[in-house]
Amino acid sequence: MAYDPHQLGDLTPSDPNRRQGLLAGFHLDLPLLSGLLLLCGFGLVVLYSAGGEDFAQVQRQMIRLGLAFCVMLIAAQITPSTLQRWTPWLYAIGVLMLVAVLLFGEVGKGAQRWLNLGVIRFQPSELVKLAVPLMIAWYLADKKLPPNWRNLLVAAALIVVPVLMIAKQPDLGTSLLVASAGIFALFLAGISWRLIFSLFGIAAAAAPVLWYLMREYQRQRVLTFLDPENDPLGAGYHIIQSKIAIGSGGMYGKGWLNGTQSQLDFLPERHTDFIFAVLSEEFGLVGVIALLSIYLFIILRGLYIATQAQDTFGRLLAGALTLVFFVYLFVNTGMVSGLLPVVGVPLPLVSYGGTSLVTLMAGFGMLMSIHTHRKLLPR
Amino acid sequence: MQIKDHHREGIDFSNRAIIAGLLVIAALLMLIGRLVQLQIIDHEHFRTLSKDNRVKLVPLPPTRGLIYDRNGVLLALNRPAYSLEMVPEEVDDIETTLQNLAQVIDVSEDDLERFHRLKKRKRRFDSVPIRTNLSIEEAAGFAVHRHRFPGLDIKAQLLRHYPYPDETAHVLGYVGRISKRDLETIDSSNYAGTSHIGKTGVEKSYEAVLHGGVGVQQVEVNSVGRVARILQHDKPLPGQDLHLHLDIALQKVALQALGEHNGAAVAIDPNTGGILALASKPGFDPNLFVEGISSKNYNALQKDPDRPLYDRALRGQYPPGSTVKPFVGLAGLETGHISFDTTVYCPGFFQLPGHSHRYRDWKKSGHGSMDLDAAITQSCDVFYYKLAHDMGIDKLSEKLSDFGFGEKTGVDLIGEARGILPSRDWKRAHRRQPWYPGETVITGIGQGYYLSTPLQLAAATAAFANGGTYYTPRLVDYLQTRGEEQQIPIPAQGKPISIQPDNWQDVHKAMLNVTEGVRGTAKRIRNTHYRIAGKTGTAQVFTVAQDEEYDEEKVAKKKRDHALFVAYAPAEDPQIAVAVIAENGGHGSSVAAPIARKIMDAYLLPQMGLDPNAPEEAIPTGVIAGEE
Repeated sequence: MAYDPHQLGDLTPSDPNRRQGLLAGFHLDLPLLSGLLLLCGFGLVVLYSAGGEDFAQVQRQMIRLGLAFCVMLIAAQITPSTLQRWTPWLYAIGVLMLVAVLLFGEVGKGAQRWLNLGVIRFQPSELVKLAVPLMIAWYLADKKLPPNWRNLLVAAALIVVPVLMIAKQPDLGTSLLVASAGIFALFLAGISWRLIFSLFGIAAAAAPVLWYLMREYQRQRVLTFLDPENDPLGAGYHIIQSKIAIGSGGMYGKGWLNGTQSQLDFLPERHTDFIFAVLSEEFGLVGVIALLSIYLFIILRGLYIATQAQDTFGRLLAGALTLVFFVYLFVNTGMVSGLLPVVGVPLPLVSYGGTSLVTLMAGFGMLMSIHTHRKLLPR
Repeated sequence: MQIKDHHREGIDFSNRAIIAGLLVIAALLMLIGRLVQLQIIDHEHFRTLSKDNRVKLVPLPPTRGLIYDRNGVLLALNRPAYSLEMVPEEVDDIETTLQNLAQVIDVSEDDLERFHRLKKRKRRFDSVPIRTNLSIEEAAGFAVHRHRFPGLDIKAQLLRHYPYPDETAHVLGYVGRISKRDLETIDSSNYAGTSHIGKTGVEKSYEAVLHGGVGVQQVEVNSVGRVARILQHDKPLPGQDLHLHLDIALQKVALQALGEHNGAAVAIDPNTGGILALASKPGFDPNLFVEGISSKNYNALQKDPDRPLYDRALRGQYPPGSTVKPFVGLAGLETGHISFDTTVYCPGFFQLPGHSHRYRDWKKSGHGSMDLDAAITQSCDVFYYKLAHDMGIDKLSEKLSDFGFGEKTGVDLIGEARGILPSRDWKRAHRRQPWYPGETVITGIGQGYYLSTPLQLAAATAAFANGGTYYTPRLVDYLQTRGEEQQIPIPAQGKPISIQPDNWQDVHKAMLNVTEGVRGTAKRIRNTHYRIAGKTGTAQVFTVAQDEEYDEEKVAKKKRDHALFVAYAPAEDPQIAVAVIAENGGHGSSVAAPIARKIMDAYLLPQMGLDPNAPEEAIPTGVIAGEE
């Protein structure tokens, strides 16, 4: 059947030749941008409290956010077809850099993640977070979907190689995010449900092997997750204190700047990985639902953009990037609320720190580019 | 088969995207479910944990190690001190509470003012002191009425106390509240719960040993803040006790012996380098600093013209004057510039060849013909002017540096002064000037740039006394964990100095003659019980012009000469080496030597079974001394 744009639904794609206002001129998507700005604003308010009312810290974060938004703006200007041409190169560079990290990377906090390029220190796994979904989208772009076994195996190899290298650093959180980016791309490409379920089965069977491969601190985290009370002064301390902070917040919270758990230093890492607990304590369930609503809005908008994309590359990329954003959110909030083990994943766009910020915003830039560079077939 | 069906794939993708969206929503609902469980269903439980029944990790500060003198006398101990504190969050009406409190316990205007000042700075859930330093009676009196005052409690704390404040202020130093600057240098988690830290003296240099390691107690406290249940308890590691070489009785004698003079007296065991006394006068009350000294008291100490906070024994830098003559003489013998029978004629002054400037001898009429023994016994300056000039500054300062002059001794205290051993290098580095021959001349009698701390002087004397081993002076003898037998000694560190035994004997005999010879400058301190080898010194503070004469009466007290004396005894087997400096005391012979004698008496006589306070027997002149 011939491609018929009018069958995509009653939402007629906007005419790229009829630019709508300033935002469209810069290839920005207004709903997505609003959601992101709202989220970052909320994040700064929480950060001010979590950081012990340190305005200088908030300012530093604002500067990082500004930079990240600039990266997003730049990414939005790159057309999807250009991006598609660059993809194999980006992927190759990313993998080579991971090799370089393993060979001569700098060690920080017991893991080897940084590559010193002389001028800047760079974390190649951040580049790979984008390169893997790009590569899967690129690889499957001209293949018939759902992919056949051969294509599926090649795609799986493209995912597994960088994931293993990142896990070797060791950086469990990032390897999880990279793996999920690739897996989501495959899921969206339509791999069969039977395969999905059998993979789950294999994963369950492989758990003991994984346990054997884990580093001591990673095993400790899993044990602590299973029984936090076992080690209340050591590794379990994070989870116990975080749960107390969330639970004591109740429906409406203790009020901004008044969280005793956070302000009394009970809560560790409270401005970085555990900032969600501060929010839950001070703003209560109401505040949490407000925050999750913003996230949900961004994610649904991302998925909508994915469905509106005109080719396989755009669809898979937009969908995978959006779902990785969700994984960030879920792994972090799940960890802080004690649903998942402690994995070092920040709350996206809210936690203090700049490393993942730039990657995330570059991803959103790509989403906006995919959406604003759509072309109508000649009428 | 491989032809792409774009429309079909678009629909397939949309389906998958919708499924993904639904999964996202499901996951978020699960998350919200979890939060509802924590925040709504179990809210009471967590609220209790967090607030009314807050699980607290209470750091258990270790008790600070005690400090003993060589005879086991306690010099620094920990005394319980009580304070009354309030947690503002737990009090409904603070003003009324304070008014009611006044009926139970004395609360002064100052206390209230401090309370309100501190309250503003702290957070609502922090404890704020209302009264500090409660007597046991006051604490007990409040305890009876405690039920009427929720949110108020008596806090007990161990505070450092120094029972010999004047004697130990400079040696032990003191502890004070941890300051921001202290926090930069310590592991703050090990100091959680510790309020005080060593600020000066032994308290600072042995901080790591004295402090110990923090313990942790996980407790559940009830709504009024009292511990309901101890969940887990890791004991703190108490600080280790220090046992000093210091003899507090001797220290007391040293300070008393200094009398009205400011100054310092240092006594060292020449066989180990152990410091027996390290006295600096005047002292101050270190207990004032423990609780936080008031600005009034602190200003008074700061502005006191006698500078009581200044540790003269460790930091005071004085011209050593004639006390260096035995060392200069020994240097002359060792380098072969003189022998024991070399004589120099002293006309009362010395002139460099081709110069008219006269380097005066203290004895205007001159000493006549002098050999080394006479030049030490009578402290002839001209002999050393010539010797120093003949040796040259390079050899002289090299030999003197063997005895630790111009270098920190390495004593186990922080902040000792280095002193100055003049040399070409020193002058180039610090004055950016070349060395002049005239400066060598006055270096020979311990004047000019030459500066030494009393500790350096005592350590040098001890090194000579034991025949040539320079021991690093040490205050701490050994460490001991309370309740344990094992003693961890701080080993003596000795560095040999090469001295020919004959040369040592020559100088040793001359120093004996200082106290025993008819013309000895310190003959007044000889006694029947033990023999003393020593050397007097008088250090110029005020430079007298070439054509003027120094008149003790006319010169203001602040500008009067410092009196010095170094000695060791008993001469046959030295057990104690002493250096005394009496600021503006005038003459070493009349002022400093008797002080040193009292210190040596107090240390040596009891060892011989004699009473150092017994009235002195008259010693007929000439009974002991024969040579002169």
